[in-house]
Amino acid sequence: MILALLYPIGYMIYASFLDWSPSQRIGQAEFIGIRNYINLLGDAAFRESFWVTIRFAAIVVTLEMIVGVGLAMLLDRNIRGMVLLRTVFILPMMIAPIVVGLMWRYMFHPTVGIFNRMLKSFGFEGIPWLADSTWAFIAIVIADVWQWTPFIFILALAATQSLPRSALEAAEIDGANEWQKIVMIKLPLMMPVLIVTLMLRLIDVFKVLEVILVLTNGGPGLSTEILALRIFRTAQEFQELGEAAAMSNMLLMMLMVLTIGMFVYNRVKEAHVAQRRAVIEKDND
Amino acid sequence: MPRIRLENLVKRYGDFEVLHGINLEMEENEFTVFVGPSGCGKTTTLRMIAGLETVSDGEIYIGDRPVSQLEPKARDLAMVFQDYALYPHMNVAKNMSFALRLQRRPRKEIDEKVGLVAEMLGLTKFLHRKPGELSGGQRQRVAMGRALARDAGTFLFDEPLSNLDAKLRCQMRAELAIMRQKVRKNMIYVTHDQIEAMTLGDRIVVMNGGYIQQQGTPEELFKQPANKFVAGFLGSPPMNFLGAKIQDLGGQVFVSGDGFEVALPEERASVALGHSASSVILGIRPSDLHFSPHAPDHEAIDLKVIVSEYIGAQSVLLCNCGAQKIEVELKSETPIALGETLRFAVNREAIHLFDSETEVAIG
Ligand SMILES: Nc1ncnc2c1ncn2[C@@H]1O[C@H](COP(=O)(O)OP(=O)(O)O)[C@@H](O)[C@H]1O
Ligand SMILES: [Mg+2]
Repeated sequence: MILALLYPIGYMIYASFLDWSPSQRIGQAEFIGIRNYINLLGDAAFRESFWVTIRFAAIVVTLEMIVGVGLAMLLDRNIRGMVLLRTVFILPMMIAPIVVGLMWRYMFHPTVGIFNRMLKSFGFEGIPWLADSTWAFIAIVIADVWQWTPFIFILALAATQSLPRSALEAAEIDGANEWQKIVMIKLPLMMPVLIVTLMLRLIDVFKVLEVILVLTNGGPGLSTEILALRIFRTAQEFQELGEAAAMSNMLLMMLMVLTIGMFVYNRVKEAHVAQRRAVIEKDND
Repeated sequence: MPRIRLENLVKRYGDFEVLHGINLEMEENEFTVFVGPSGCGKTTTLRMIAGLETVSDGEIYIGDRPVSQLEPKARDLAMVFQDYALYPHMNVAKNMSFALRLQRRPRKEIDEKVGLVAEMLGLTKFLHRKPGELSGGQRQRVAMGRALARDAGTFLFDEPLSNLDAKLRCQMRAELAIMRQKVRKNMIYVTHDQIEAMTLGDRIVVMNGGYIQQQGTPEELFKQPANKFVAGFLGSPPMNFLGAKIQDLGGQVFVSGDGFEVALPEERASVALGHSASSVILGIRPSDLHFSPHAPDHEAIDLKVIVSEYIGAQSVLLCNCGAQKIEVELKSETPIALGETLRFAVNREAIHLFDSETEVAIG
């Protein structure tokens, strides 16, 4: 098990120390130490790509959390047709990313895309969705939010529905309005689920590839070239397997930091609970 | 605090009517208990008063104000839930101060109030614990404290003791009775336990099947039950019921049946004779039957002991009266044998008669 887990990672770490092109077998590649990493850090394009990734991840995950949790709060009631509505909400998650990319590329099309056609019918100018670097970034954000908000929505909705009903009724009698109920009761009680959701989403967002590949292929310029895409292109187009591996490792390390962060958070909380237990037991004696 | 009035209150779930026009008036500062078997609509009534269920028909008045369209928070109520409904993520102090914090009362006032209530309920040591770190009894107190801390005009309790074990329930019942002396507020208390109802209530409302069967003081209901349901529901061990006939035997009016024949006292006799049907149900509480070997025939019944349940100073005997079953109480030291036939004097003033069709009390 552990071997199966570690072998690819070890392989990749080893590869990141090589000057390796796809025509060579791995044994023939030249060992160049940490030169790949030094090259990367000195590479303005890589640093730019790194920041694009961070910016993309932060914006996208924030938006998805707000919209997903917000929708869950709004739709957490028994209205007729709710089951259908919920099913519709899950659909985006079920579509293959490549298809999502193609679909949005069509919708963002400058002349026949639905957005610009709509804008024009209202008398506005069309927007150069995929041709302008700012708009292109906004476009990939929209596509990703569209595809992944449902994931958060579903988890948040499940969390709202397992909230203790009577505690919410008690809050109502105690004088809380809808907003106060959400802020003071619902969100705090949902927090453990929301934190796990956030972590899962964060880990995932660093790996989006297909949608952006199809939508903008990283352009214009480097404006939408997130790390995963750059790794893919470094390996495919520039045939620099060693450098791609080094980049992968940097990405992996970033994810590790996140995962460890989550782990530490859990540990600290557990320790906190254990400490309270101990205090209470002492009280009871 | 204002009095509460229910006017023709009806509740329907879809086509299914569970409350059929409840009319009730509760005086100021009265402790009213809704009691009845499970499923009779007590909780539904309480939740309608609280504003947690919509009113299908009729109106609820608090003071002179119709409130059925108001939100719960506009009704000035505090409620203790059956499952306590504490806020799991807040400690005891935060739980108790929740309503006050929402009202943006000054910090000092809140702390004082919480301190006072915690003191009264013996929760001072636990103010910083979360509900998950408390025992059932302590959680129950916190639920009580949360209601008390906020100075509402009316308190609603939905079976607050039903999740406690028997011993704790007894203890909390006594504490509630003491608390009740100190806090002069409207209280409406729902329970299926007739002992809780009898010990706590100023006024008891007995419900069954979505109807009010009878209301009044515990004593009124115990002594003058309006029908067989109320008679059988209140009191423990419960009242005995025997099929009987009213017979006028030369000046003396007897209520008689399989294995017994008891003369009615004069004032009961005329009413019983005035009743149209001669077939009735005789109700007699175990406490109104006294072991008395030499009682005269027309004031006694003879019972054959089948089972004796020893419960301390008193034993409860299950006996045969003809083919019918009847329960009596007896001092445990009385030497008796199973199968023996004993004579019990009937407290004839305490005889209850019910129509055998409608089960309504006669007289
Ligand atoms: N949400 C509901 N939908 C349909 N029927 C209900 C609902 N809530 C309660 N009832 C019915 O209403 C009746 C009264 O219930 P309830 O007030 O909870 O009884 P109690 O508190 O006296 O045990 C029961 O027959 C119950 O099945
Ligand atoms: Mg109930």
